[in-house]
Amino acid sequence: MATKASRSAARLMMAPAVVLLLGWMLVPLIMTLIFSFKKYLPLRGGDLGWVGFDNYVRFVTSSAFWPAVQATLMIVGGVLAITVIFGVLLAMLLDQPMWGQGVVRILVIAPFFVMPTVSALVWKNMFMDPVNGVFAHLWKAFGAEPIQWLTQASLPSIIIIVAWQWLPFATLILLTAIQSLDGEQLEAAEMDGAPPLKRFWYIVLPHLGRAITVVVLIQTIFLLGIFAEIFVTTQGSFGTKTLTYLIFQRVLESQNVGLGSAGGVYAIILANIVAIFLMRIVGKNLDA
Amino acid sequence: MARAVTNQRKAINTAFAWAIGLLIFFPILWTILTSFKTEAEAIASPPYFLFFDWTLENYAVVQERSNYARYLWNSIVIAGGSTLLGVIIAVPAAWSMAFVPSKRTKDILMWMLSTKMLPAVGVLYPIYLIFIKMGLLDTKIGLVVVLMLINLPIIVWMLYTYFREIPGEILEAARIDGATLREEILYVLTPMAIPGIASTILLNVILAWNEAFWTLNLTAAKAGPLTAFIASYSSPEGLFYAKLSAASTMAIAPILILGWFSQKQLVRGLTFGAVK
Repeated sequence: MATKASRSAARLMMAPAVVLLLGWMLVPLIMTLIFSFKKYLPLRGGDLGWVGFDNYVRFVTSSAFWPAVQATLMIVGGVLAITVIFGVLLAMLLDQPMWGQGVVRILVIAPFFVMPTVSALVWKNMFMDPVNGVFAHLWKAFGAEPIQWLTQASLPSIIIIVAWQWLPFATLILLTAIQSLDGEQLEAAEMDGAPPLKRFWYIVLPHLGRAITVVVLIQTIFLLGIFAEIFVTTQGSFGTKTLTYLIFQRVLESQNVGLGSAGGVYAIILANIVAIFLMRIVGKNLDA
Repeated sequence: MARAVTNQRKAINTAFAWAIGLLIFFPILWTILTSFKTEAEAIASPPYFLFFDWTLENYAVVQERSNYARYLWNSIVIAGGSTLLGVIIAVPAAWSMAFVPSKRTKDILMWMLSTKMLPAVGVLYPIYLIFIKMGLLDTKIGLVVVLMLINLPIIVWMLYTYFREIPGEILEAARIDGATLREEILYVLTPMAIPGIASTILLNVILAWNEAFWTLNLTAAKAGPLTAFIASYSSPEGLFYAKLSAASTMAIAPILILGWFSQKQLVRGLTFGAVK
């Protein structure tokens, strides 16, 4: 088995990756922590000294905070609901025998490979534009007044764009999980006269439980950080300012680094709460 | 025994699935079609679908006006460079974790994964400051390093799961036959590991190509990749549908093609092996 020499060689081979990631994690994290306890305005006087927990209090008591929390929850919740529900339905459909299955799968997965700035701009201009967008044409064709998507229905618009990008991810993972379902179990249930809905509820859905959890957790981590979709559409106006966008504005646009860093620490804590659950599932799988 | 499926049911499935597939794909298809229209045709009401005068003019204009080629080159260097650098650092690490596991291997893997959970916006200013101090703002090398660090956990994880599928007995046999560590890695391990390494590279090039937080915040005109190129079209004066479509098509085409080859790796890479 592994000798002492190979053990130390192994440690040496791991070192670059470990050291780099350690630095990448600790250096910026410590800097953010330090900034968050300071009054730090790079363009208006620079480092103005320690202020204790002032920034933390001001970040949560500012008038922008609760709307940002709401917008974040709405976007994350809305996208999760759409992608999981339609993902399950789509995965079950794609699992059925059909002609041209490979091509359909490619069509469904394609949006995932479109860069966020492209999908946001294409949806904003070519679909949601109230004059020339495809939706406007559709609404007019039915005699309805076109919707000002990104101003009147800004949150649903962002949710549609982001859900379109993430539906392929959910579908693909749920499809992988469905394909590992034991076909004989379903057949037996069918022969015993279980109706389709019951088969879905008692056999398919429990089997998908873990895959759905993984989809929800991974997407939550990514969705908490969506940026480009808001950056190129509404720039955070019309009630679409998420926590991530609010922190970005505090840090880079108004250059209030102390306040933004306190927000950043909140974001890190929030992401870690989600991450703990995800890590448990991954960790269990590692033992198996 | 496989269930007998009637052709009728198969036909219904097919029609249904194709309709939904085309609906989901429609925004991409529409963008590609619009890129071949003139600006007047692009905003015509009712819109043209297929029967318009196909033209390549938009592509020429986009290249001329915003220098697509330079952004493309930046994207290639940044996505390719960060992935290759990441793989060079990750291969030895993943190799040692897969073949010389210790008690702490699992903890190290989990910890690496946890660095991936760090929200980018939480460390935006420190990175920005470090970039200014080191003169890395708006340089390709700066982005190569940042994107490499972001994707390193995924690269290590993917390689680790691939390496674990290589039977250890083969390596032991080579060792018994007197192969040195270098020979063992070069002649025994590498040939077996190439498919896994290729898949890892493929997925990570895609992830780096589409990364749109750091690329937007750390670059300007000089080192901006295609994500920044497209974002420059969000200003009102850039609002020409046909040209926007041509620019978008050029930005996504390379990765769309690569993506179709990497469907399977997608699941493994993005769920860290939690779904198989």
